[in-house]
Amino acid sequence: MQEPKKLLVSAINSGTVIDHIQAGMATKLLQVLNLGTHKKIVTLGLNLPSKNMGLKDLIKIEDKELTEQEANKIAIFSPQASINIINNYEVTKKFNVTLPETVQSLIICPNPKCITNNENMDSDFKVQHVNNQIKLQCKYCEKIFLQSDINDYRA
Amino acid sequence: MTVNLTGKDIISIPELSKEEILAVLENARSLKKEPQPNLLENHVMGSCFFEPSTRTRLSFETAMQRLGGRVVGFADPAVTSTKKGETLYDSIRIIGQYVDVIAMRHPLEGSARRASEATNKPILNGGDGANQHPTQTLLDLFTIEECQKKLDGLDIALVGDLKYGRTTHSLAQALTHFGAHLYFVAPNSLQMPDYICEELKAKNIKFSIHEKIEDIIDKVDVLYMTRIQGERFADQIEYQKIKHVFVLTAKMLEIVRPNLSVLHPLPRVGEITADVDTTKHAYYFEQAENGLYVRQALLAMVLGKLNK
Repeated sequence: MQEPKKLLVSAINSGTVIDHIQAGMATKLLQVLNLGTHKKIVTLGLNLPSKNMGLKDLIKIEDKELTEQEANKIAIFSPQASINIINNYEVTKKFNVTLPETVQSLIICPNPKCITNNENMDSDFKVQHVNNQIKLQCKYCEKIFLQSDINDYRA
Repeated sequence: MTVNLTGKDIISIPELSKEEILAVLENARSLKKEPQPNLLENHVMGSCFFEPSTRTRLSFETAMQRLGGRVVGFADPAVTSTKKGETLYDSIRIIGQYVDVIAMRHPLEGSARRASEATNKPILNGGDGANQHPTQTLLDLFTIEECQKKLDGLDIALVGDLKYGRTTHSLAQALTHFGAHLYFVAPNSLQMPDYICEELKAKNIKFSIHEKIEDIIDKVDVLYMTRIQGERFADQIEYQKIKHVFVLTAKMLEIVRPNLSVLHPLPRVGEITADVDTTKHAYYFEQAENGLYVRQALLAMVLGKLNK
Protein backbone atom coordinates (compact mmCIF):
# COMPACT_ATOMS: atom_id res chain seq x y z
CA MET A 1 0.00 0.00 0.00
CA GLN A 2 1.28 3.44 -0.92
CA GLU A 3 2.06 5.64 2.05
CA PRO A 4 -0.20 8.71 2.18
CA LYS A 5 1.63 11.93 1.27
CA LYS A 6 2.36 13.91 4.41
CA LEU A 7 2.69 17.68 4.35
CA LEU A 8 5.76 18.56 6.34
CA VAL A 9 4.91 22.27 6.29
CA SER A 10 1.28 23.30 6.62
CA ALA A 11 -0.58 24.52 3.52
CA ILE A 12 -1.45 28.18 2.95
CA ASN A 13 -4.66 29.65 1.65
CA SER A 14 -3.07 32.21 -0.63
CA GLY A 15 0.44 33.54 -1.09
CA THR A 16 3.75 32.15 -2.32
CA VAL A 17 5.61 28.92 -1.76
CA ILE A 18 9.31 29.05 -2.53
CA ASP A 19 10.28 25.44 -3.08
CA HIS A 20 13.53 23.63 -3.90
CA ILE A 21 15.66 26.11 -2.01
CA GLN A 22 19.19 24.81 -1.55
CA ALA A 23 19.42 23.46 2.01
CA GLY A 24 20.84 26.11 4.33
CA MET A 25 19.79 29.08 2.20
CA ALA A 26 16.28 29.72 3.52
CA THR A 27 17.40 31.82 6.47
CA LYS A 28 19.35 34.09 4.11
CA LEU A 29 16.27 34.46 1.94
CA LEU A 30 14.22 35.56 4.97
CA GLN A 31 16.66 38.45 5.35
CA VAL A 32 16.89 39.25 1.63
CA LEU A 33 13.13 39.24 1.12
CA ASN A 34 12.68 41.20 4.34
CA LEU A 35 10.19 38.65 5.63
CA GLY A 36 10.92 39.53 9.22
CA THR A 37 8.63 42.52 8.81
CA HIS A 38 5.86 40.60 6.97
CA LYS A 39 2.83 40.77 9.21
CA LYS A 40 1.25 37.49 8.03
CA ILE A 41 2.27 33.88 8.54
CA VAL A 42 5.66 32.83 7.22
CA THR A 43 6.44 29.13 7.53
CA LEU A 44 9.94 27.85 7.20
CA GLY A 45 11.02 24.29 6.45
CA LEU A 46 14.69 23.42 6.79
CA ASN A 47 16.42 20.26 5.58
CA LEU A 48 13.27 18.65 4.20
CA PRO A 49 13.78 15.42 2.25
CA SER A 50 13.85 15.92 -1.53
CA LYS A 51 14.02 13.31 -4.28
CA ASN A 52 16.24 15.38 -6.54
CA MET A 53 18.16 17.49 -4.08
CA GLY A 54 18.59 15.15 -1.11
CA LEU A 55 17.72 17.94 1.29
CA LYS A 56 15.98 21.20 0.57
CA ASP A 57 14.57 24.23 2.32
CA LEU A 58 11.14 25.70 1.74
CA ILE A 59 9.36 28.94 2.63
CA LYS A 60 5.61 29.58 2.59
CA ILE A 61 4.48 33.17 2.75
CA GLU A 62 0.85 33.89 3.46
CA ASP A 63 -0.81 36.74 1.53
CA LYS A 64 2.19 37.82 -0.53
CA GLU A 65 2.73 37.25 -4.23
CA LEU A 66 6.43 37.51 -5.03
CA THR A 67 7.35 39.86 -7.87
CA GLU A 68 9.69 38.75 -10.64
CA GLN A 69 12.36 41.07 -9.26
CA GLU A 70 12.11 39.45 -5.83
CA ALA A 71 12.16 36.00 -7.41
CA ASN A 72 15.35 36.86 -9.27
CA LYS A 73 17.04 37.85 -6.02
CA ILE A 74 16.35 34.30 -4.85
CA ALA A 75 18.18 32.90 -7.89
CA ILE A 76 21.48 34.27 -6.60
CA PHE A 77 21.19 32.09 -3.50
CA SER A 78 19.45 29.12 -4.98
CA PRO A 79 19.21 29.06 -8.78
CA GLN A 80 17.14 25.87 -8.79
CA ALA A 81 14.38 27.31 -6.56
CA SER A 82 10.83 27.28 -7.87
CA ILE A 83 8.02 29.67 -7.09
CA ASN A 84 4.42 28.57 -6.63
CA ILE A 85 1.72 31.19 -6.37
CA ILE A 86 -1.20 29.88 -4.34
CA ASN A 87 -4.82 31.02 -4.44
CA ASN A 88 -7.49 29.27 -2.44
CA TYR A 89 -5.13 26.36 -1.65
CA GLU A 90 -4.50 25.78 -5.40
CA VAL A 91 -1.29 26.46 -7.32
CA THR A 92 -2.33 29.10 -9.86
CA LYS A 93 1.12 29.95 -11.21
CA LYS A 94 4.42 28.10 -11.10
CA PHE A 95 7.78 29.31 -12.39
CA ASN A 96 11.48 28.84 -11.90
CA VAL A 97 13.66 31.70 -10.77
CA THR A 98 15.96 33.32 -13.35
CA LEU A 99 19.47 34.44 -12.57
CA PRO A 100 19.64 38.20 -13.25
CA GLU A 101 22.58 39.63 -15.25
CA THR A 102 23.17 42.29 -12.65
CA VAL A 103 21.96 42.88 -9.13
CA GLN A 104 21.73 46.33 -7.60
CA SER A 105 21.55 47.39 -3.95
CA LEU A 106 21.18 43.87 -2.53
CA ILE A 107 24.74 42.73 -1.84
CA ILE A 108 27.15 44.46 0.50
CA CYS A 109 30.60 44.17 -1.10
CA PRO A 110 32.86 42.05 1.15
CA ASN A 111 35.82 44.26 0.23
CA PRO A 112 36.14 46.84 3.03
CA LYS A 113 38.20 49.07 0.73
CA CYS A 114 35.48 49.19 -1.92
CA ILE A 115 34.04 52.66 -2.44
CA THR A 116 30.51 51.24 -1.96
CA ASN A 117 31.34 50.60 1.71
CA ASN A 118 32.61 54.11 2.21
CA GLU A 119 30.03 56.34 0.49
CA ASN A 120 26.28 56.38 0.77
CA MET A 121 25.56 54.59 -2.50
CA ASP A 122 24.06 51.44 -3.98
CA SER A 123 26.15 48.40 -4.79
CA ASP A 124 26.03 46.86 -8.26
CA PHE A 125 27.20 43.33 -9.10
CA LYS A 126 27.50 41.43 -12.36
CA VAL A 127 26.21 37.87 -11.98
CA GLN A 128 27.82 34.92 -13.75
CA HIS A 129 26.97 31.24 -13.56
CA VAL A 130 30.21 29.38 -14.28
CA ASN A 131 30.79 25.64 -13.70
CA ASN A 132 27.80 25.37 -11.39
CA GLN A 133 29.08 28.24 -9.28
CA ILE A 134 27.59 31.69 -9.00
CA LYS A 135 30.22 34.39 -9.30
CA LEU A 136 29.52 37.99 -8.45
CA GLN A 137 31.73 40.81 -9.72
CA CYS A 138 31.52 44.21 -8.06
CA LYS A 139 31.07 46.92 -10.69
CA TYR A 140 33.21 49.26 -8.59
CA CYS A 141 36.17 47.43 -7.03
CA GLU A 142 35.95 44.77 -9.83
CA LYS A 143 36.65 41.95 -7.35
CA ILE A 144 34.97 38.62 -8.07
CA PHE A 145 33.28 36.76 -5.21
CA LEU A 146 31.59 33.43 -4.80
CA GLN A 147 28.09 33.57 -3.41
CA SER A 148 29.47 31.97 -0.22
CA ASP A 149 31.90 34.91 0.22
CA ILE A 150 29.02 37.37 0.67
CA ASN A 151 28.32 37.94 4.33
CA ASP A 152 25.81 40.78 4.37
CA TYR A 153 22.82 41.87 2.37
CA ARG A 154 20.59 44.88 2.25
CA ALA A 155 16.95 43.85 2.41
CA MET B 1 38.62 50.73 -37.79
CA THR B 2 38.28 54.24 -36.43
CA VAL B 3 38.93 54.62 -32.74
CA ASN B 4 37.24 57.51 -31.01
CA LEU B 5 37.79 57.95 -27.28
CA THR B 6 36.24 61.43 -27.11
CA GLY B 7 34.50 61.88 -23.78
CA LYS B 8 35.40 58.36 -22.63
CA ASP B 9 36.54 57.49 -19.13
CA ILE B 10 39.74 55.46 -18.81
CA ILE B 11 39.03 53.47 -15.67
CA SER B 12 39.92 49.84 -16.18
CA ILE B 13 42.10 47.95 -18.67
CA PRO B 14 39.61 45.16 -19.47
CA GLU B 15 37.27 47.81 -20.86
CA LEU B 16 39.70 48.87 -23.58
CA SER B 17 39.64 46.97 -26.87
CA LYS B 18 42.81 45.94 -28.65
CA GLU B 19 42.14 48.62 -31.30
CA GLU B 20 41.76 51.29 -28.64
CA ILE B 21 44.99 50.22 -26.92
CA LEU B 22 46.88 50.27 -30.23
CA ALA B 23 45.48 53.71 -31.10
CA VAL B 24 46.69 55.11 -27.75
CA LEU B 25 50.15 53.65 -28.35
CA GLU B 26 50.28 55.03 -31.88
CA ASN B 27 49.30 58.52 -30.72
CA ALA B 28 51.83 58.34 -27.89
CA ARG B 29 54.52 57.38 -30.39
CA SER B 30 53.72 60.33 -32.63
CA LEU B 31 53.65 62.76 -29.67
CA LYS B 32 57.02 61.47 -28.51
CA LYS B 33 58.45 62.04 -31.98
CA GLU B 34 56.68 65.29 -32.69
CA PRO B 35 55.54 67.34 -29.68
CA GLN B 36 52.35 69.36 -30.09
CA PRO B 37 52.68 72.26 -27.65
CA ASN B 38 49.35 73.91 -28.54
CA LEU B 39 47.10 70.89 -28.98
CA LEU B 40 45.15 71.34 -25.73
CA GLU B 41 45.24 75.13 -25.54
CA ASN B 42 42.24 76.51 -23.63
CA HIS B 43 41.62 73.19 -21.90
CA VAL B 44 41.90 72.68 -18.15
CA MET B 45 42.70 69.41 -16.36
CA GLY B 46 41.63 68.80 -12.78
CA SER B 47 44.43 66.95 -11.02
CA CYS B 48 42.68 65.29 -8.07
CA PHE B 49 45.09 63.26 -6.00
CA PHE B 50 43.39 62.04 -2.84
CA GLU B 51 46.52 60.07 -1.97
CA PRO B 52 50.23 60.76 -2.50
CA SER B 53 51.83 60.14 -5.87
CA THR B 54 55.01 61.37 -7.51
CA ARG B 55 55.37 59.97 -11.01
CA THR B 56 51.73 59.62 -11.90
CA ARG B 57 50.69 63.09 -10.74
CA LEU B 58 53.70 64.91 -12.13
CA SER B 59 53.54 63.12 -15.46
CA PHE B 60 49.80 63.83 -15.83
CA GLU B 61 50.38 67.49 -14.98
CA THR B 62 53.37 67.95 -17.27
CA ALA B 63 51.58 66.00 -20.02
CA MET B 64 48.74 68.54 -19.91
CA GLN B 65 51.05 71.54 -19.71
CA ARG B 66 53.30 70.35 -22.53
CA LEU B 67 50.23 70.13 -24.76
CA GLY B 68 49.38 73.76 -23.95
CA GLY B 69 46.64 73.01 -21.43
CA ARG B 70 46.37 74.24 -17.87
CA VAL B 71 46.15 72.35 -14.60
CA VAL B 72 44.27 72.98 -11.36
CA GLY B 73 44.04 70.58 -8.48
CA PHE B 74 45.41 69.22 -5.27
CA ALA B 75 47.90 66.61 -4.14
CA ASP B 76 46.68 66.30 -0.58
CA PRO B 77 43.01 65.73 0.33
CA ALA B 78 43.62 67.38 3.70
CA VAL B 79 43.36 70.77 1.93
CA THR B 80 39.97 69.94 0.34
CA SER B 81 36.39 69.52 1.54
CA THR B 82 37.02 65.78 1.85
CA LYS B 83 38.42 66.62 5.25
CA LYS B 84 35.05 68.18 6.13
CA GLY B 85 33.33 64.93 5.19
CA GLU B 86 32.30 65.74 1.63
CA THR B 87 31.60 62.63 -0.44
CA LEU B 88 33.74 61.80 -3.44
CA TYR B 89 30.61 62.05 -5.59
CA ASP B 90 29.95 65.65 -4.53
CA SER B 91 33.62 66.67 -4.86
CA ILE B 92 33.89 65.32 -8.41
CA ARG B 93 30.50 66.69 -9.45
CA ILE B 94 31.65 70.16 -8.47
CA ILE B 95 35.19 69.89 -9.87
CA GLY B 96 33.69 68.55 -13.11
CA GLN B 97 31.89 71.87 -13.54
CA TYR B 98 35.20 73.73 -13.54
CA VAL B 99 37.45 71.57 -15.72
CA ASP B 100 37.41 69.67 -19.02
CA VAL B 101 39.02 66.44 -17.86
CA ILE B 102 39.91 64.92 -14.48
CA ALA B 103 42.98 62.83 -13.65
CA MET B 104 42.56 61.25 -10.23
CA ARG B 105 44.02 58.89 -7.69
CA HIS B 106 42.11 57.71 -4.65
CA PRO B 107 42.85 55.08 -1.97
CA LEU B 108 39.47 53.37 -2.28
CA GLU B 109 38.83 50.68 -4.89
CA GLY B 110 36.13 51.62 -7.39
CA SER B 111 36.51 55.34 -6.67
CA ALA B 112 37.25 56.20 -10.30
CA ARG B 113 34.08 54.42 -11.45
CA ARG B 114 32.11 56.28 -8.79
CA ALA B 115 33.67 59.56 -9.90
CA SER B 116 32.63 58.86 -13.49
CA GLU B 117 29.01 58.73 -12.32
CA ALA B 118 29.28 62.20 -10.82
CA THR B 119 30.40 64.07 -13.94
CA ASN B 120 30.14 63.84 -17.72
CA LYS B 121 33.76 65.02 -18.06
CA PRO B 122 36.22 62.22 -18.82
CA ILE B 123 37.89 60.59 -15.81
CA LEU B 124 41.43 59.24 -16.17
CA ASN B 125 42.09 56.75 -13.38
CA GLY B 126 45.57 57.24 -11.95
CA GLY B 127 45.08 54.41 -9.45
CA ASP B 128 42.09 53.41 -7.30
CA GLY B 129 43.51 51.58 -4.30
CA ALA B 130 44.70 48.09 -5.20
CA ASN B 131 42.28 47.87 -8.11
CA GLN B 132 43.31 49.43 -11.42
CA HIS B 133 45.99 51.76 -12.77
CA PRO B 134 45.27 51.69 -16.51
CA THR B 135 47.64 54.46 -17.57
CA GLN B 136 50.54 52.52 -16.03
CA THR B 137 49.58 49.47 -18.08
CA LEU B 138 49.35 51.50 -21.27
CA LEU B 139 52.78 53.01 -20.66
CA ASP B 140 54.10 49.50 -19.93
CA LEU B 141 52.74 48.26 -23.27
CA PHE B 142 54.14 51.32 -25.05
CA THR B 143 57.55 50.65 -23.51
CA ILE B 144 57.48 46.94 -24.33
CA GLU B 145 56.67 47.74 -27.95
CA GLU B 146 59.35 50.42 -28.06
CA CYS B 147 62.16 48.24 -26.70
CA GLN B 148 61.16 44.96 -28.38
CA LYS B 149 59.96 46.54 -31.66
CA LYS B 150 56.77 44.45 -31.42
CA LEU B 151 54.02 43.47 -29.00
CA ASP B 152 52.86 40.14 -30.35
CA GLY B 153 54.17 36.76 -29.27
CA LEU B 154 56.68 37.89 -26.63
CA ASP B 155 57.94 35.89 -23.65
CA ILE B 156 57.33 38.06 -20.60
CA ALA B 157 58.12 37.35 -16.95
CA LEU B 158 56.28 39.19 -14.18
CA VAL B 159 58.28 39.09 -10.95
CA GLY B 160 57.55 40.02 -7.34
CA ASP B 161 54.27 40.56 -5.52
CA LEU B 162 51.82 39.21 -8.07
CA LYS B 163 49.03 38.74 -5.56
CA TYR B 164 48.49 42.34 -4.52
CA GLY B 165 50.29 44.23 -7.29
CA ARG B 166 47.68 45.94 -9.44
CA THR B 167 50.19 46.71 -12.23
CA THR B 168 50.93 43.04 -12.87
CA HIS B 169 47.21 42.13 -12.89
CA SER B 170 46.35 44.79 -15.45
CA LEU B 171 49.43 44.05 -17.55
CA ALA B 172 48.61 40.32 -17.67
CA GLN B 173 45.04 41.18 -18.72
CA ALA B 174 46.23 43.58 -21.42
CA LEU B 175 48.77 41.08 -22.76
CA THR B 176 45.94 38.64 -23.52
CA HIS B 177 45.38 40.73 -26.67
CA PHE B 178 48.92 40.06 -27.86
CA GLY B 179 49.46 36.32 -27.42
CA ALA B 180 52.28 36.63 -24.91
CA HIS B 181 53.79 33.66 -23.07
CA LEU B 182 53.74 34.71 -19.42
CA TYR B 183 56.02 33.51 -16.63
CA PHE B 184 54.82 34.34 -13.12
CA VAL B 185 57.72 34.48 -10.66
CA ALA B 186 56.70 34.97 -7.03
CA PRO B 187 56.82 33.33 -3.64
CA ASN B 188 53.91 30.89 -3.33
CA SER B 189 52.08 33.16 -0.94
CA LEU B 190 52.20 36.06 -3.41
CA GLN B 191 51.38 34.27 -6.68
CA MET B 192 48.99 35.53 -9.34
CA PRO B 193 45.37 35.31 -8.16
CA ASP B 194 43.20 32.49 -9.51
CA TYR B 195 40.74 34.80 -11.23
CA ILE B 196 43.50 36.22 -13.45
CA CYS B 197 44.83 32.72 -14.22
CA GLU B 198 41.31 31.59 -15.14
CA GLU B 199 40.93 34.59 -17.44
CA LEU B 200 44.21 33.69 -19.15
CA LYS B 201 43.18 30.06 -19.58
CA ALA B 202 39.86 31.13 -21.08
CA LYS B 203 41.78 33.20 -23.64
CA ASN B 204 44.30 30.42 -24.38
CA ILE B 205 47.25 32.41 -23.05
CA LYS B 206 50.22 30.25 -22.09
CA PHE B 207 51.56 30.86 -18.60
CA SER B 208 53.65 29.07 -16.00
CA ILE B 209 54.36 29.54 -12.29
CA HIS B 210 57.91 29.84 -10.89
CA GLU B 211 59.62 30.60 -7.62
CA LYS B 212 63.01 31.88 -8.78
CA ILE B 213 64.12 34.45 -11.36
CA GLU B 214 66.98 32.13 -12.34
CA ASP B 215 64.48 29.52 -13.58
CA ILE B 216 63.24 31.76 -16.38
CA ILE B 217 65.74 34.57 -16.90
CA ASP B 218 67.23 33.07 -20.08
CA LYS B 219 63.81 32.31 -21.58
CA VAL B 220 62.25 35.76 -21.75
CA ASP B 221 62.25 38.98 -23.78
CA VAL B 222 60.95 41.16 -20.96
CA LEU B 223 61.63 40.88 -17.24
CA TYR B 224 59.01 42.98 -15.46
CA MET B 225 60.19 43.44 -11.87
CA THR B 226 57.95 44.71 -9.05
CA ARG B 227 58.49 45.50 -5.41
CA ILE B 228 57.68 42.93 -2.74
CA GLN B 229 55.94 44.85 -0.02
CA GLY B 230 57.22 43.86 3.41
CA GLU B 231 54.01 44.97 5.08
CA ARG B 232 52.12 42.16 3.29
CA PHE B 233 53.94 39.52 5.34
CA ALA B 234 52.58 38.50 8.71
CA ASP B 235 55.93 36.83 9.38
CA GLN B 236 58.82 39.26 8.97
CA ILE B 237 61.42 36.45 9.11
CA GLU B 238 59.72 34.93 6.07
CA TYR B 239 59.88 38.34 4.34
CA GLN B 240 63.59 38.73 5.04
CA LYS B 241 64.22 35.30 3.49
CA ILE B 242 62.12 35.96 0.42
CA LYS B 243 63.19 39.47 -0.41
CA HIS B 244 66.73 38.34 -1.30
CA VAL B 245 65.38 35.74 -3.74
CA PHE B 246 63.89 38.48 -5.87
CA VAL B 247 66.89 40.75 -6.35
CA LEU B 248 68.15 41.24 -9.89
CA THR B 249 71.88 41.86 -10.29
CA ALA B 250 74.02 42.62 -13.35
CA LYS B 251 75.75 39.24 -12.92
CA MET B 252 72.44 37.42 -13.44
CA LEU B 253 72.06 39.13 -16.82
CA GLU B 254 75.12 37.40 -18.30
CA ILE B 255 73.07 34.49 -19.64
CA VAL B 256 70.02 36.33 -20.94
CA ARG B 257 68.74 36.84 -24.48
CA PRO B 258 70.49 39.81 -26.11
CA ASN B 259 67.16 41.62 -26.59
CA LEU B 260 66.04 41.23 -22.94
CA SER B 261 64.64 44.42 -21.39
CA VAL B 262 64.25 44.91 -17.66
CA LEU B 263 61.20 46.98 -16.70
CA HIS B 264 59.91 48.14 -13.32
CA PRO B 265 56.98 50.48 -12.51
CA LEU B 266 59.21 52.11 -9.85
CA PRO B 267 59.87 53.02 -7.10
CA ARG B 268 62.36 50.20 -6.57
CA VAL B 269 63.61 49.44 -3.10
CA GLY B 270 66.46 47.05 -3.65
CA GLU B 271 64.96 44.50 -6.06
CA ILE B 272 67.19 45.79 -8.90
CA THR B 273 70.75 46.58 -7.88
CA ALA B 274 72.34 49.79 -9.17
CA ASP B 275 74.83 47.88 -11.37
CA VAL B 276 71.93 46.81 -13.61
CA ASP B 277 71.32 50.48 -14.52
CA THR B 278 74.36 50.62 -16.77
CA THR B 279 73.65 47.39 -18.66
CA LYS B 280 72.00 47.51 -22.07
CA HIS B 281 69.05 45.65 -20.60
CA ALA B 282 67.91 48.35 -18.16
CA TYR B 283 64.88 50.17 -19.57
CA TYR B 284 62.94 51.30 -16.46
CA PHE B 285 63.93 54.95 -16.59
CA GLU B 286 62.81 55.19 -20.23
CA GLN B 287 59.63 53.43 -19.09
CA ALA B 288 58.96 56.18 -16.53
CA GLU B 289 59.58 58.85 -19.18
CA ASN B 290 57.10 57.16 -21.51
CA GLY B 291 54.36 57.82 -18.98
CA LEU B 292 54.43 61.39 -20.19
CA TYR B 293 53.67 60.56 -23.84
CA VAL B 294 51.03 57.96 -23.07
CA ARG B 295 49.21 60.35 -20.73
CA GLN B 296 49.49 63.08 -23.37
CA ALA B 297 47.90 60.75 -25.90
CA LEU B 298 45.08 59.84 -23.51
CA LEU B 299 44.37 63.47 -22.59
CA ALA B 300 44.27 64.51 -26.25
CA MET B 301 42.10 61.54 -27.22
CA VAL B 302 39.46 61.88 -24.50
CA LEU B 303 39.29 65.61 -25.23
CA GLY B 304 38.60 64.81 -28.89
CA LYS B 305 41.77 66.39 -30.23
CA LEU B 306 43.54 63.28 -31.43
CA ASN B 307 41.61 60.41 -32.84
CA LYS B 308 42.78 57.82 -35.26
